[in-house]
Amino acid sequence: MKSPRAERRRQRILEIASPVVFLLVWEAVVRLGWLDARFVPPPSAVVVRFFDLAQSGELWKNVSITLFRVGAGYALGVIPGVAVGLLMAMFKPLRYVLDPLVAAIYPIPKIALMPLLLLAFGIGEMSKVVLVAIATFFPVLISTYAGAANIENIYVDAAKNFGAGASMMFREVIFFGALPQIFAGLRLALGTSFLVIVAAEFVSADSGIGQLIWTSWQILQVDRMFVGIVLIGVLGVASTAILQEIEHRLMPWRRR
Amino acid sequence: MPVAARRGAAIEIVHLRKTFESGKNSVVAIDDLSISIAPGEFVCFVGPSGCGKSTLLRILAGLEEPDSGEVRIDAAEGGVRNAMVFQEASIFPWKTVGDNIAFGLRARGMARAQYTARVDEALRLVGLSRFRDHYPSQISGGMKQRAAIARALVTDPAVLLMDEPFASLDAQNRAILQAELANICEQTGTTVIYITHSLEEALMLGDRAVVLTAQPARIKDEVIVPFPRPRDTIEVSATPMFGELKLRMWNVLEAEVLQARREHEGV
Repeated sequence: MKSPRAERRRQRILEIASPVVFLLVWEAVVRLGWLDARFVPPPSAVVVRFFDLAQSGELWKNVSITLFRVGAGYALGVIPGVAVGLLMAMFKPLRYVLDPLVAAIYPIPKIALMPLLLLAFGIGEMSKVVLVAIATFFPVLISTYAGAANIENIYVDAAKNFGAGASMMFREVIFFGALPQIFAGLRLALGTSFLVIVAAEFVSADSGIGQLIWTSWQILQVDRMFVGIVLIGVLGVASTAILQEIEHRLMPWRRR
Repeated sequence: MPVAARRGAAIEIVHLRKTFESGKNSVVAIDDLSISIAPGEFVCFVGPSGCGKSTLLRILAGLEEPDSGEVRIDAAEGGVRNAMVFQEASIFPWKTVGDNIAFGLRARGMARAQYTARVDEALRLVGLSRFRDHYPSQISGGMKQRAAIARALVTDPAVLLMDEPFASLDAQNRAILQAELANICEQTGTTVIYITHSLEEALMLGDRAVVLTAQPARIKDEVIVPFPRPRDTIEVSATPMFGELKLRMWNVLEAEVLQARREHEGV
């Protein structure tokens, strides 16, 4: 038997070793010529190219515009998503009106709407921001509604019995009761937002990480392409960590 | 101050009837139930499981509408008519103990400056002063029910409604909370309607114990509990009189329990 401390140490070592070993194996395989460096560049080449791009300012330009599109679209999609989800849970007629619409629109791959959005908003920033907003609105709406509709009756009964009006019920009972589910939706939506923005930048942008990946592929600069792919991964991990920190702070009653 | 500010309300329940539709058939939960309750009286309703006693309480709480009949609560104008303590933990997990207790006061539009002192007083009354800033997940089941009692009492209700509030606690905690509740109610003079399936609990706590029939709920028998107040719930339960009353009530209740069981198993 191992002590819990030794077990934790082993866990840390393995967690750090796993990506390191992966990168080393990758490097070795390419250097040994088992993989064609023209298609799969070694990690060292990707790192070198990363610093090139960072120095020329090209990196930051692309990262910042993608972050802006994701951030603005996310905020525009998620806030109404939470609000409408809560309202659907509270007011039955609204639920009956919106349920079929949500059921019909939700399964459409949102990237399929890109041509329509280009028609409506032109090729500027607006079309991408709106695409992210639409793509994040639905997962947040659905999980908020599920969370709010499944709040234990006893909390609603207690609030009613103590004379809570609709506004207090909404802000202090339904919202907090649904909060764990709301965050589940927010996390899903975060992944979706990177998914659709990269796809959108492939087809209709002159900047952004997606565009960096796509143009690099077209001119067969594979190491540049890998910089873009790794960046998306890093941004995804970082934004999820930020969201988890917010979740932790907003729900102090779940801390132990 | 919340405590002993006002005497409890008189309650008049007249020909109350309630049915529930379940699929094709309708179930009569309460049938022609009438009773008068005096101001400040502690009345326990005892009945077999599923006899509709919780429905009675929910009607009194305004959470269900009766089909016919009437509930008259003779409460002062403007005051809080009733406050309920539920069977399961019903305090909000996302609010601290103090914020939970303040909920009913804030719902009635009271400002922080006004309610802080009342919340502190209620916390003291149930012995939770040190736990005002704790979340429910950080305190025990017994403490949660004490917080629920404080949340109800702090609104100074004309009637306190309790639905088997200690049913989910272990025996020792239950005994302690029963003693505390008897003590608190003697201090506040609130009218209490208490639902339970325990004869002991009804006799320890009540001024009157009412036995209900199996579904639909009607009044089958009433016992005026003779033990004086202030009352030591544990001591009272060790007297011969307690045993006699319990036996008398059991004889009445047994037929109903058996009938309830037949209805569950049969048909």
